Amino acid sequence: MDFLTLYEFILDRLPESLDLEWLAFGIAAATLAFLVFNAVISATALYTWFERRVLARIQSRLGPNRWGPFGLLQPLADVLKLMVKEDTVPDDADRPLFHLAPIILLVPGLMVFAVIPLGEIPFEDGSFLGRLNIGVLFIIGITGINALGVFIAGWASRNKYAMFGSMRAVAMLVSYEVPMALALTGVVIMAGSLALTDIVIGQNVIYLVTQPLGFLVFMTAASAEMSRTPFDMVEAESELGSGFNTEYSGIKFAIFFLGEFMAPLAAATVATVLYLGGTRGFDPIPGQIWFVLKAFLVILGLLWVRATWPRLRVDQIMGFAWKGLFPLALFNMFLVAIEVLVFQDPDTGAISNGELWLIAGINWVLTVLAVVVLAQVLGQKRLKRPVPVPSPLANMNAGSD
Amino acid sequence: MPIQTEPITINLGPQHPSTHGVFRLRVTFDGEVVLDVEPVFGYLHRGTEKLAEERSYTQIVTLTDRLDYTASMTNNLAYVRTVEKLSGIEVPERASYLRVLCSELQRIASHLISTGFLMQELGTFGGTPLMYCFRERERILDLFEMLCGARITLSYMRPGGVTQDAPEEFWGALNILMDEMPGYIDELEGLITTNEIVLARTRDVGILTPEMAIDASVTGPMLRATGVQWDLRKADPYEVYDRMKFDIPIGSVGDTFDRYFVRISEMRESVKIVRQCIEQISAGPIKSDTPYFVRPEPGEAYAAVEAPKGELGFYIVSDGGISPYRCKIRAPSFINLTVLRDLLVGWKMGDLVIVFGSTDVVLGEVDR
Repeated sequence: MDFLTLYEFILDRLPESLDLEWLAFGIAAATLAFLVFNAVISATALYTWFERRVLARIQSRLGPNRWGPFGLLQPLADVLKLMVKEDTVPDDADRPLFHLAPIILLVPGLMVFAVIPLGEIPFEDGSFLGRLNIGVLFIIGITGINALGVFIAGWASRNKYAMFGSMRAVAMLVSYEVPMALALTGVVIMAGSLALTDIVIGQNVIYLVTQPLGFLVFMTAASAEMSRTPFDMVEAESELGSGFNTEYSGIKFAIFFLGEFMAPLAAATVATVLYLGGTRGFDPIPGQIWFVLKAFLVILGLLWVRATWPRLRVDQIMGFAWKGLFPLALFNMFLVAIEVLVFQDPDTGAISNGELWLIAGINWVLTVLAVVVLAQVLGQKRLKRPVPVPSPLANMNAGSD
Repeated sequence: MPIQTEPITINLGPQHPSTHGVFRLRVTFDGEVVLDVEPVFGYLHRGTEKLAEERSYTQIVTLTDRLDYTASMTNNLAYVRTVEKLSGIEVPERASYLRVLCSELQRIASHLISTGFLMQELGTFGGTPLMYCFRERERILDLFEMLCGARITLSYMRPGGVTQDAPEEFWGALNILMDEMPGYIDELEGLITTNEIVLARTRDVGILTPEMAIDASVTGPMLRATGVQWDLRKADPYEVYDRMKFDIPIGSVGDTFDRYFVRISEMRESVKIVRQCIEQISAGPIKSDTPYFVRPEPGEAYAAVEAPKGELGFYIVSDGGISPYRCKIRAPSFINLTVLRDLLVGWKMGDLVIVFGSTDVVLGEVDR
């Protein structure tokens, strides 16, 4: 479904004499927004069930399995419970901001889906706003608003834990924007366009194969952006109780919850488009199914990391962004830029498939090298510890002689 | 214009996910850095020591279950040993073996909880290692259920022996568990000990020096992590520990990682001890002929055992009646908590939680 076709379809059915272009535009936009909004929210509700079940299996538990087949109706029950709960506002809260924060946090997650191209190559149907000529910039900009929502929530609550959480959030989210944007630069250089449709079309060899380092940096930065373990210090349950959303209850908490669970979906779809070739796949399976499968795999990877790893400390998280990811992202960017310069056909600007595979070979070797070198510089295992020697301060065997 | 800043004081607890019960830490932060810590406790005070003064010696066993509720067996053992010492009761050999066996199983269970919750505090979402620890602990609790019908508050021991002999199926299940346990511990270590993030978070964090530990009379894995090799099972062998061959694992630095690692190593040693118990135990009575109402001669006695958390001692004064005149409990958690301030000042909020977790306190024992 294309926005423009819908717009013209509606315009044709309106009386021409009245000059109702604005109305047609509005109806088309509202229809599409309604569709995307509901599809994404339903998907998120299902995803909460999926995440809880997968985490439970990893932790040798059962997970929600009571309500509906396999517990599939559990999200419904959760939402219902949260909706009928009392909606409390702290006395000292900054009320307008307090009410605004959940919305600010939810909307960027939804807006990301507007530019995701879900159609089949060559995207004659347009795929919503997939052809937006600044698609990648749009995604970076929109996800940056997240930090604002978290900070407003923490500030407006007048709660010390919430304040801690939001101060951490601002520092962290701003830091991780940098490596993320640099990683995406590699994709943009190779595709030669900021539009997501062009990026998908450009992936004759998917970018996961040609730019593994970029994918690595992007996924790490993305999991920091949505503050999941090992970067979940914004909510850090064991330290801050619940972090920035401590004071929220009822439907406002449900919206936070929704935004939190929408983030991995958004990150997975963006990663699928940018690095896994979007709707590319083999016949006879339609491209949309391929897209969902790829996003599913990315989400599974994110969940696996989330279930296994502990959290880094505040300073370690910042250090990792600037000492670890930043150099890797820069390295990847220059590597891709040089390779594109060397292998590009000077007349058409295209890179043949054979050359792409050559680039992939070089990049995989360099990626492994870069990661190993970084692990040697930043890693903990190189640090040797003294051999335990019994202290002379106490002699356990004194009485036995 | 210089930015005006001031320290912020936060009450961590008594309702907080990382306080192991109802415990309050009044912490002053400069940003993320801890400036001052003041532990506030007493929220779980149930007057155990006072209650003991109006219970008969046998009834007090059930009170001791609720001290360190993750390690009831060793609480029972410390108490009944004191009563036996006070009134000169002999314990049959089979009962002694059963007591040692149960203490070591309890030690494994307690260390599993400690390790699991430390990982929870390190931030593994939903506590994957915690769930793994609980899976193994569940097997041990099943064994306890076969022994005495209870799983947590066991009351298995009595002055003069234990309540009942182990049923036939117990030994089979125990053998299977002991065969599988080293594999479980390896699995746990594979998940934790080599994890880069765990190393980054725990190494050289919250260092306790041997001098500090001895000055504060810290005992148990916390003391041994500093490199002081001191374990009552070797230093002052009780029951049949003198017939067992086992090592006392120690740490080198005394940081959070050492405290974790000493516990893991102790679990392996406990498996060895249980194995030796299974080999050496012989048939015989499980309880000496002790009256229900024990009436010790007027006098006093102190006996201590190496509980999972440290030296757990009971000091009982008798006036010749059926209940103690005074019953003082030396709770290891409480005394290990006294070094908390020295461990925490200067570290960050994330460290505060894990250092507190690695001291492995149980509030039932701290507040009594």
